[in-house]
Amino acid sequence: MELKEKLLSSFIAFENQDSSDSLFLNKLRGEAIKNFETSGFPSKKDEAWKYTSLRSVLKQDYSLFPKSEHSIEYRDVQSFFVDDIDTYKIVFIDGKYAAHLSQTTHEGIDVCLMSAALSQSKYQVVIENYFNKIAAKHGLNALNTAFCSEGAYIHIKKNKVSKRPIQIIHFSTVKEPALLLQPRNLIVVDENAQVQILERHQSLTKNPTLTNSVTEIFAAKRAQVDYYKIQDDKLEASLIDNTFIDQNQESHVAVHTFSFGGRLTRNNLNFHQNGVRIESTLKGLTIIGQKQHVDHNTLVHHIAPNCESHQDYKGVFSDNAVGVFNGKVVVEKEAQKTNAFQANNNLLVNDKATINTKPQLEIFADDVKCSHGCTIGQLDENAMFYLQTRGIPEKEAKALLMYAFANNVLESVKIPQLKKNINKLVAKKLGVNIGFDL
Amino acid sequence: MLKINNLHARIGKKSILNGIDLEINPGEVHAIMGPNGSGKSTLASVIAGKEEYEVRQGQIVFESEDIAELSADERAHKGIFLSFQYPVEIPGVTVTNFIKTALNQMQKAKGEKDMPANEMLKRIREKSEMLEIDRKFLSRSLNEGFSGGEKKRNEIFQMAMLEPKLAILDETDSGLDIDALRIVANGVNKLKSKDNATLVITHYQRLLDYIVPDFVHVLYDGKIVKSGGKELAFKLEEEGYDWIKKEANQNV
Repeated sequence: MELKEKLLSSFIAFENQDSSDSLFLNKLRGEAIKNFETSGFPSKKDEAWKYTSLRSVLKQDYSLFPKSEHSIEYRDVQSFFVDDIDTYKIVFIDGKYAAHLSQTTHEGIDVCLMSAALSQSKYQVVIENYFNKIAAKHGLNALNTAFCSEGAYIHIKKNKVSKRPIQIIHFSTVKEPALLLQPRNLIVVDENAQVQILERHQSLTKNPTLTNSVTEIFAAKRAQVDYYKIQDDKLEASLIDNTFIDQNQESHVAVHTFSFGGRLTRNNLNFHQNGVRIESTLKGLTIIGQKQHVDHNTLVHHIAPNCESHQDYKGVFSDNAVGVFNGKVVVEKEAQKTNAFQANNNLLVNDKATINTKPQLEIFADDVKCSHGCTIGQLDENAMFYLQTRGIPEKEAKALLMYAFANNVLESVKIPQLKKNINKLVAKKLGVNIGFDL
Repeated sequence: MLKINNLHARIGKKSILNGIDLEINPGEVHAIMGPNGSGKSTLASVIAGKEEYEVRQGQIVFESEDIAELSADERAHKGIFLSFQYPVEIPGVTVTNFIKTALNQMQKAKGEKDMPANEMLKRIREKSEMLEIDRKFLSRSLNEGFSGGEKKRNEIFQMAMLEPKLAILDETDSGLDIDALRIVANGVNKLKSKDNATLVITHYQRLLDYIVPDFVHVLYDGKIVKSGGKELAFKLEEEGYDWIKKEANQNV
């Protein structure tokens, strides 16, 4: 059976399985499955999916509701956490909440489970105000909405600052031939509140996994959100990340995406600005090889005056790796004095690697500063010579220059421990032996 | 130590060095002077092993071994150091991490282990003090946003860390004010010993007031057209290069 048919027929059983769900949610799900039935999975015929084909990923016989629950101990997965600072943790194994690995809270802020938020009446107002309000209503997003039952629910209330970063980690362990996971996150950051969030999807099995994740982030007036996505998964694991951000006036939201592995990774990152003096930051670092595929599809929508957006995506591609960058910036007529910057710089380490890059600017205002640029290059010969005259052999010199190229994406990472971890990861990916202890 | 015989080199189809002969012994300081475009920087790059230049003829013998076929890093391992006229900026790699990587690669080439961290730190402290380098400077990205003086001081700092046998200083005085020049020259002088040698490449005599050469060579049109003692540098400073050009053209 085709995956689409399998999903459609499974929906009926899924819908009837849990009677505690609210009318609100049941209605959404019903609409979503209909939308998915109409739109289906995206194909290469869709302009936004021209360079990324889901065909081979969708061929697997995914189980939708894994039965087995494998226990994992913290010490076995410790390396996937930022573990040298205090954090809140929301951890899932095969889509189910893992209480023994988690640390949630309700003290001034809510850091808990989507399943709780969807079923308990005290969250009803927030859910009805925000849930599925900015996520797209068709295709993969509709599919997620139809089946979503679990994920992270984070609500930072007015003037509160989450003193600890929050880690959202999804592990997959199943022995079944293939697994489809559809986490759903809702993050609401009220006026003048602040939060730092890390998200990671990590397969612990050799069986194929496909994660179709949807995250909605609402940043109210003067809210600050720093979101870090760490994508360093197994070669059998694929990820489609759909993230939607709604920003109100004077809010700052930054999303860093570190894509270091996985079979196919697609990041749909959408920023909607809904007020004045907003800042949006989108940074990405991709380092892949073998037959890995990473696609960044970004949208920044400016609708009000005096806002800024900064996009800086870098990629290092080797072997047969394929990279895609498709960055769209829309500046509406009312959005005067917008300052929108976009850069996509790539290094191709050998001639089998591919990068497709396509900046799209749609500007309807006349008093704006918008710039974009993309480069695809090899390493600078002068710099190579300089390093070699210092006794650094060609291979190491190349690695060091790639490290240097990649490293400055890390400058804006605000959690020092995370910065250090990623720094080490970058050095490891590029085969550089640099000491960080001096 | 270094013996260059009848060296011809070109880049693309353009011939730049047209038969250089030069011999440098341990303990000596040589200066190469010459008008713009005479091939001074090319000579420095060719000795250091820049691959864009094609050696058409002649030998570069370093410690009795023809090194013309060796890569730049292999030459560095043998003890050749080039201080760049325009040091390359490398954002994202700190001065400390860079020098540490370089030093450990040198150790590796000699078949030795990485230098222990405390020894490395001691050496960095010693050498940076000698060149009056602020510690904060060491954690900045290599050459990024450095002033002209900082870049050149950083070059000599690297030289001090790597302790080469032959140091080639390519226009080290360009872009330096008089204080920076004094610090850089003092550094070079302190590193001098009877076992190492220095090749100073400069357009002006100014630097040679501080780093006093044993021999001065004048390069013109890819050839050494005149050699002498340090007094030759004074004559060039006073009279310019016109008489050299005239003499050279008469000899053709």
